[in-house]
Amino acid sequence: MITVHELSKTYKDQTVLNIPHLDIPKGQSFGLVGNNGAGKTTFFSLLLDLIQPSTGHIDSHGVVVNTSEDWKPFTAAFIDESFLIGYLTPEEYFYFIGELRGQSKAEVSDLLSNFEDFFHGEILGQKKYLRDLSKGNQKKVGIVATFIGSPEVVILDEPFANLDPTTQIRLKGIIKDLAAKSGVTVLVSSHDLMHVTEVCERIVVLEKGQIVKDIVTAPATLKELEDYFSGAAAPSPIETVAATASTTEDKAAEESKFEDKASEDHSAVNRDTPEK
Amino acid sequence: MLQFISLEWKSFIRAASFQTNLAMKILMGFGALYFMAVFLGLGVGVFFIIEDMELGDPFEVVNRFMIYYLAFDMLFRYSLQKMPVTNIKPFLYVPLTKNQVVRFSLLKTVVSFFNWSHAFFFLPFSIVLISKDYPAMEVLFWHLGMAALIYANNYINVLINNMSGVFYAFVATFVALGAAHFFGWFDVTLYTAPFFDLLGSNPLACLIPLALLGILSRAAFLYFRKNMYLDAGLATKQEEASTQEYAFLNRFGNLGTFLKNDIRLILRNKRSKMALYGGLFFLFYGLLFFTGDIEVYDGPVWKIFAGIFVSGGFLFNFGQFVPSWDSAYYPLMMSQNIKYQDYIKAKWYLIVIATAASMLLAIPYLYFGLNAYLAVLVGGIYNIGINGYLVLWGGAYIKTPIDLASGKKAFGDKQSFNAKTLLLTVPKILLPLAIYWVVALFASETLAFASVAFAGVLGYLFRNKVFSIIEKVYKDEKYKTLAAYKQTP
Repeated sequence: MITVHELSKTYKDQTVLNIPHLDIPKGQSFGLVGNNGAGKTTFFSLLLDLIQPSTGHIDSHGVVVNTSEDWKPFTAAFIDESFLIGYLTPEEYFYFIGELRGQSKAEVSDLLSNFEDFFHGEILGQKKYLRDLSKGNQKKVGIVATFIGSPEVVILDEPFANLDPTTQIRLKGIIKDLAAKSGVTVLVSSHDLMHVTEVCERIVVLEKGQIVKDIVTAPATLKELEDYFSGAAAPSPIETVAATASTTEDKAAEESKFEDKASEDHSAVNRDTPEK
Repeated sequence: MLQFISLEWKSFIRAASFQTNLAMKILMGFGALYFMAVFLGLGVGVFFIIEDMELGDPFEVVNRFMIYYLAFDMLFRYSLQKMPVTNIKPFLYVPLTKNQVVRFSLLKTVVSFFNWSHAFFFLPFSIVLISKDYPAMEVLFWHLGMAALIYANNYINVLINNMSGVFYAFVATFVALGAAHFFGWFDVTLYTAPFFDLLGSNPLACLIPLALLGILSRAAFLYFRKNMYLDAGLATKQEEASTQEYAFLNRFGNLGTFLKNDIRLILRNKRSKMALYGGLFFLFYGLLFFTGDIEVYDGPVWKIFAGIFVSGGFLFNFGQFVPSWDSAYYPLMMSQNIKYQDYIKAKWYLIVIATAASMLLAIPYLYFGLNAYLAVLVGGIYNIGINGYLVLWGGAYIKTPIDLASGKKAFGDKQSFNAKTLLLTVPKILLPLAIYWVVALFASETLAFASVAFAGVLGYLFRNKVFSIIEKVYKDEKYKTLAAYKQTP
């Protein structure tokens, strides 16, 4: 069970994330979607204590992540290539992670043998260092490494990006299995609405650091998300609150320097919707 | 051609290491001047060292060993010199002839550090030769011939850059010849020295290396021209990787896990290899002090100074940049199941092992008397007992991400110096000098050596206390460090 309490992250006077409350029960497959700059990676980084919260905290299985390090043994993550060690071969990397997580070589090899399909013969025994693998293959290594040592929380940032279609389909199967069979809490972010709706039991939409939608996945979810992101959604109650909050206008002005004109217009449209 | 030069100029002045404040530039300038002076000193000194040691005519001695000099040059180039291939790619799509692009890239290798740094040896040596009444004309042509040979090495390196087979054959031959020479079975210099002597006695002979240079540069041009495709010459060199177990380190548990990784780190990346070679180079630093060739360095306090550097080459070159070596994957290290103490201790053990190894490798200093080697031993003990912690501690404040794959910027990173790291050099170097000086003033030199060593032993005894202090510093700096490493090196 992961619980978020009054969490916010502010750089200078720009709030990039503000989540008053969020509960993620154990064994849930949890999807996070949102446009660039919505705060997805910020949230994951806070969850991994890679950045400090400005206010509030995250409680993971009873451990407050920014005061204790006891969450490390049961948490595994792959955010980006900074979670890979470029000068190791994939085997060395897996065994290194295995040793850190108290797994013997045999146990790691055993786990890897389950992923032979997934690796598609391009990872193990290739006489290549990780730095020389293609982006997609690097990603495969990073993702599989998070499964070593049976973690209870697995965090994957954009796991589907850069993967080939076959691997995407396999990965979806793996993630679904993890949550359903092993009771692992899986947190996934993605720009691909189809993949998240297929994989996740629950989807949270972030916009400018705020939760604007919290949906239990149903057959209509994909349509709902697509409507939302094309800017044609009927405003949900949460959305109305977020859009009329007094800070929204200032924030839009501040963020306009980071975003192009088009997206600024987009937020303007959003502000107008409540009146319709 | 002009656009090329303006691009190069921009890439030079916009390099991160160049954009520092004025005070830093001045400080770095002094540093550079100092090292130039040291190298010049060596270039000048070689003549007199050989003369003092009565090895024969210095010019002939140098010529005799020139083959090894060139071979070492080749070795360094192959492992460190960066081929200018990556910068070519953007030019493939613009309206420039391939010949222009190739010519420019080769020109770039010509102005590389690996070529002009040799001038620090050859120029002063030639000047000394002339001042010692060797015929000026002949020395000049010898100099020209040597320059041609150095540049020939440059082009050979371009040609064999992707042929590791050729290179390893070369290394094997070179090692075999060196060993045969050492054990007195076969002396290759007997056969090569006449060639270099000829360069020094007959001005016309310099046409041979010049012709060789011409042929090689043409060959390099044609080779580059032919291979200017993304999947041919422009493909970045990929080493064949092999999985290394280092199973003997398993018995050290978590510590072993990190040690294994650090060994791989050092052996598989250009930048860290450079730190290792740099550490080996420091072993020779003591020659400046113990040979008594440079008068200012004759004071006894300088012996400790030398001892600290001779035994601490690796410590200063590598330890200084912990944890920056792991900057590329620091988020992994910070979110994995890792105890900070283990991580720091592993780095410390690595430094201790390297320092101990340096102390062993420095045994030949016994040649300069027991006191010389004693200074190295005492310096080593101080390095292990005190400086080992201090570099790790200082490293927490150096938040420069390291690009492991590039040999560049190994020296003079802007953030390598800041107030805190400067402050930490005081106990690193000045404190042992002060201890020695004070004790030697009031008691004896032996007691002074003993006191410095005692400081080291004392430091060693308090290691657990110190580790927990360093751990706290690393933890306090964690978020800042993570943010700093996010910036591309």
